[in-house]
Amino acid sequence: MWNFPLLPEQASAYAAKVDPLFYALAVFVLTFTMGVTTVFIVLGVRYRKRRGVHRKSVHVENMLIELVWSAIPVVIAIAIFAWGAVLYYDHGKAPGDTIDINVIGKQWMWKIQHPNGLREVNELHVPKGRPVKLIMTSQDVIHSFYVPAFRKKQDVLPARYTSLWFEATKVGEYPLFCAEYCGTEHSLMGGTVYVMEPSDYEEWLGGGPALTPAAEGEAIFQKMGCATCHDAGDSSRGPSLNGLYGKDVKLRGGGTIPANDEYLRRSIMEPTADVVVGYTPLMPAFKTQFNEDDILSLLAYIKSLGGGTQE
Amino acid sequence: MSTEHLVEPSADFPVRDYGPPRVHYLNWRHTIASWLLSRDHKRIGIMYLVSISIFFVVGSLFAAIFRLELLTPEGDFLQADTYNKFFTLHGVVMIFFFLIPSIPAVLGNFLIPLMIGAKDVAFPKLNLASWYIFMVGGTIGVAIILLGGLDTGWTFYTPLSSSYANTHVFLAAMLVFITGFSSILTGLNFLVTIHKMRAPGLTWFRLPLFIWAHYATSVIQVLGTPVLAITVFLVGIERIWGVGIFDPALGGDPILFQHMFWFYSHPAVYIMILPGMGVISEVIACFSRNRVFGYEFIAFSSVAIAIIGFLVWGHHMYVSGQSMYANLVFSLLTMLVAVPSAIKIFNWTATLYKGNVIWETPMLYAVGFIGLFGIGGGTGLFLGTTGLDVPLHDTYFVVAHFHYVMVGGMVMAYLAGIHFWWPKITGKMYAQTPAKISAIVVFVGFNFTFFPQFLAGWNGMPRRYHSYNADFQIWNVLSTAGATVLGIGFLMPAFYLGWSLFFGKDAGSNPWGARGLEWEACTSPPIPHNFEEIPVVTQEAYAYTGEETVSV
Amino acid sequence: MSSLDSHADNPYLAHHFETEEQQTESCTLGMWLFLAQEVMFFGGLFLAYAIYRSLYPEAWSAGSHTLDVVVGGINTVFLLLSSFTMAMGVYYAQTGKQKQLALMLLATLALGITFVTVKWFFEYAPKIEAGVFPGKLWAPNPANHHYGQLAFFEGQGLQMFFLLYFVMTGMHALHMIIGFGILLVLIVMTMQGKFHAQRYLPILFFGLYWHFVDIVWVFLFPMFYLVS
Ligand code: HEA
Ligand code: HEA
Ligand code: HEC
Ligand code: CUA
Ligand SMILES: [Cu+2]
Repeated sequence: MWNFPLLPEQASAYAAKVDPLFYALAVFVLTFTMGVTTVFIVLGVRYRKRRGVHRKSVHVENMLIELVWSAIPVVIAIAIFAWGAVLYYDHGKAPGDTIDINVIGKQWMWKIQHPNGLREVNELHVPKGRPVKLIMTSQDVIHSFYVPAFRKKQDVLPARYTSLWFEATKVGEYPLFCAEYCGTEHSLMGGTVYVMEPSDYEEWLGGGPALTPAAEGEAIFQKMGCATCHDAGDSSRGPSLNGLYGKDVKLRGGGTIPANDEYLRRSIMEPTADVVVGYTPLMPAFKTQFNEDDILSLLAYIKSLGGGTQE
Repeated sequence: MSTEHLVEPSADFPVRDYGPPRVHYLNWRHTIASWLLSRDHKRIGIMYLVSISIFFVVGSLFAAIFRLELLTPEGDFLQADTYNKFFTLHGVVMIFFFLIPSIPAVLGNFLIPLMIGAKDVAFPKLNLASWYIFMVGGTIGVAIILLGGLDTGWTFYTPLSSSYANTHVFLAAMLVFITGFSSILTGLNFLVTIHKMRAPGLTWFRLPLFIWAHYATSVIQVLGTPVLAITVFLVGIERIWGVGIFDPALGGDPILFQHMFWFYSHPAVYIMILPGMGVISEVIACFSRNRVFGYEFIAFSSVAIAIIGFLVWGHHMYVSGQSMYANLVFSLLTMLVAVPSAIKIFNWTATLYKGNVIWETPMLYAVGFIGLFGIGGGTGLFLGTTGLDVPLHDTYFVVAHFHYVMVGGMVMAYLAGIHFWWPKITGKMYAQTPAKISAIVVFVGFNFTFFPQFLAGWNGMPRRYHSYNADFQIWNVLSTAGATVLGIGFLMPAFYLGWSLFFGKDAGSNPWGARGLEWEACTSPPIPHNFEEIPVVTQEAYAYTGEETVSV
Repeated sequence: MSSLDSHADNPYLAHHFETEEQQTESCTLGMWLFLAQEVMFFGGLFLAYAIYRSLYPEAWSAGSHTLDVVVGGINTVFLLLSSFTMAMGVYYAQTGKQKQLALMLLATLALGITFVTVKWFFEYAPKIEAGVFPGKLWAPNPANHHYGQLAFFEGQGLQMFFLLYFVMTGMHALHMIIGFGILLVLIVMTMQGKFHAQRYLPILFFGLYWHFVDIVWVFLFPMFYLVS
């Protein structure tokens, strides 16, 4: 009737790397604790107070022992730290050639958009053996994108962009959870990740619409009249957005700020927060008119206008 | 049930018994006002004991109910909202109203003046005030429960708590703010008492380790709690003014909230363990009839934990979007803060070597503490390791970790302490056999409840889940079954300790034959001003061996 | 023991202390710990300030320009003067000059009340009236000659600036108002002749508290009024 899931399924490159650390620590901590407890009990029995045995307690002191057993844990602790840090570095640094997928968390569902514009909800289809990077933001509170089989998790924040990358290694269906408590239906905010053979994935993608996020962004850009101010070069009322992404922007108040995702988002939602040097703050705030989806599309469009990559 | 066999007066180990006093702090006045307005640290300790016991029952009942819900994967027994309120209230009540005040406000209050040979704490009125402030906080807590609860989790993460929750977040912010000041006053009082009220001859390195542990705890209470107070104050303001200090939709930064919250709440977990370590040092020394091995190392490791403990809060935020390099620094410091705990464990064990070990109830709890805290702290190492915390964060692995340290560690230590000093506090001896059985039941029930949660968490079960993936059911069934056993284990002391109050034998002033002013210079129960005459200390703590010290 | 005699001839020694010295030292340490606690309390606010100032530099300078440096400056002078009168009060308490002590405490109280009054009538009230109060009331009126320019910067950073302005200066004012209550009690006690050269600790401790509150303001003033 019940499964006994002792060890979790291993379906990503990261899982294969992180599991040995887990099991090593498990062995270490269990042996250590059981060892110490056993010694404690053995000493306690060996030196128990008995009728007829009068042992005069002697007070033992030994500096050398103290120093040794203070130093050993330091060394072990640093070793554990280093092992974890190496893994964490791997977890944090995505390779260059990722498939970038947009993810928006909202109470209580996951909205996902593939590079070619295809959308899905609470489901994520990815190819096996290719690094995938999720670019994530939240429409409301903090959520957390968690796929146990990949041993990967990342919080998803409102008004910020976080990313999570992984490389699936095994075809199959894996549960997806929201790990950060986000209100009433937090426990239902999940879904499934489908890992497919790359060819199946291409085929699956082919069924989608042709409008990529950048193209959608361009459409919004035209429709909302952004182009009236941000069109041909610097002569117009607003600064040119060509090649902006990743550059340093000079602000009116002095100081510069890197044009990253958060900055661009704020420039659109609340233009007066940071005003570009040499311009009057004419741009209206679009805060009430866009949702996170629109912003992600606009960002994709602005990125498509060139500029470096942000890191 | 006689405890006489423990006491063997001899030339190098004299045990004095004063016999029961005619007038002691319990019977010297009987009116309710003489309790409610008492400035006697012992009576205030008892008032705390009664209050936190009630809160413990309340918090446990929440746990009992939501553990029943978790028997099945579907959310069939409670509504999702009800479930969320129950775990939130469970966490809030257990942390702020039970565990933080448990050892300090009950045993610390009762024992610190006795152990250092003072007539009272430095500021008796402030001590009474702290209890009233605590009760005001408690009343708000009860009001929140009656008015419909709170569903933010005990961590109050924004913007969920500040903008989205429609439960009583403002009241909860006031509750934490107010209760915090009770904790600050207790800590302040202890610091001054320990600095200034020691009996003649009681130098720093003659202090019992219980005092050192409370000293370290108090530092955290005084320096950490105000930060939490201002943080929840800002959340409260955000709620009523509708401004966004921590809500990005209103210009704020939710990560800033997490930083400020954990800046207090990580050190707070040491408020929840250091006093327990103090108790364990006393118990082990007494029941192995030996001076604690490596006294200085244990003393300084408490202080080290308190200090380094202020620098590791970021380990709760590895996947929050905080910078990778910050995380690595926090991780390294987290590993280092674990070292003093390891040192303590080694020293406690070595204390038994060549001692005269007596296996009475407090000692059973002490072994339980060592085993469970070892696992709890050791799994803290898993979580402190950045790469490994990525999958484990916010799963049941974390839930199991903190119950191992908080329940397996601190609650075990609290029970050890209650059983150790019960004869001193009440003047009565309880029955040893049921007490030993209950210690074993708690230990077994505890492991059944929480060990399965490590496996559930490693297999990916997120915490704060009202319904869950059916794969995890077996672990939850085991856990609920274990909780039933654990609950029974927790209920047992209420019976035999209660029984001892009415029918127990008189304990005598030093039933365990222990060293320490509270045993050697004081009656059981102590007289209103503790000592007939302020004692003069001429020996080290734990002088079970006379003056002799041997080096090997 | 000697404790009995010293208790008998010293009505000011609480029963649980052995000597007067012990009592004095305990109270002094307690007071410093209380102040340490206060530092951490305000520290949280200062941290929030630092972070949002670096996040919204523009809003900070815009908001700061609407604050009245003259009013703030005059108020700073009042406060520093009150610190001075308080210090004099401590001196007179130590030397047992009761009349002068009472005068100094009164002067401190008067200066403090002036500070808070000025703060309310020249700073808080006009802002609230002009809609410069963060949250639901926020509606800076573009027609207002003083705060009108704020409408230009309509952004959340600006509300954050004013939020912290109100919270931090408000928390400071609250500490002063609590101080007024204590001062009143101290003044009455002084008039009853309760303080003299042997017993002046309450005055000394209140002095410490008052100086602490002043120092907080010495930080707040440049942080809010003098942002370039
Ligand atoms: C009493 C309370 C208490 C105590 C003492 C501790 C002690 C420790 N805790 Fe724990 N912790 C909590 C209560 C506590 N914790 C709570 C309540 C949470 C969750 C909060 C929430 O999100 O709701 C939490 C969460 C938590 C996290 C965040 C997990 C996450 O959310 O992802 C981390 C990460 O580093 C952590 C680490 C540690 C460490 C390293 C210790 C160390 O101090 C442990 C030291 C002890 C030992 C190390 C054991 C003995 C020695 C050995 C086993 C020998 C080997 C040792 C070495 C080689 C060094 N804890
Ligand atoms: C001092 C602190 C403390 C203590 C003592 C406990 C005690 C217990 N806790 Fe607690 N717990 C916390 C602090 C504590 N907890 C905190 C801080 C959280 C996090 C909250 C959050 O996420 O915000 C938490 C969360 C938490 C969860 C996770 C909930 C979730 O994430 O969804 C669980 C799940 O099993 C749990 C269980 C228990 C159990 C079974 C006990 C047991 O020890 C209780 C034993 C007592 C009884 C069981 C009651 C008496 C017995 C009977 C009446 C007999 C009948 C019993 C049954 C039929 C079951 N706790
Ligand atoms: C009325 C004119 C106007 C309109 C319409 C307008 N903008 Fe702007 N925009 C400006 C001006 C002026 C600035 C420079 C001053 C500032 O930073 O506020 C600017 C700045 C920006 C910047 C920051 C550029 C930089 O160099 O840092 C971005 C990004 C931007 N706008 C995007 C948009 C988008 C997207 C839209 C449409 C949804 C839009 N703008 C509509 C006038 C406009
Ligand atoms: Cu979304 Cu939990
Ligand atoms: Cu922590």
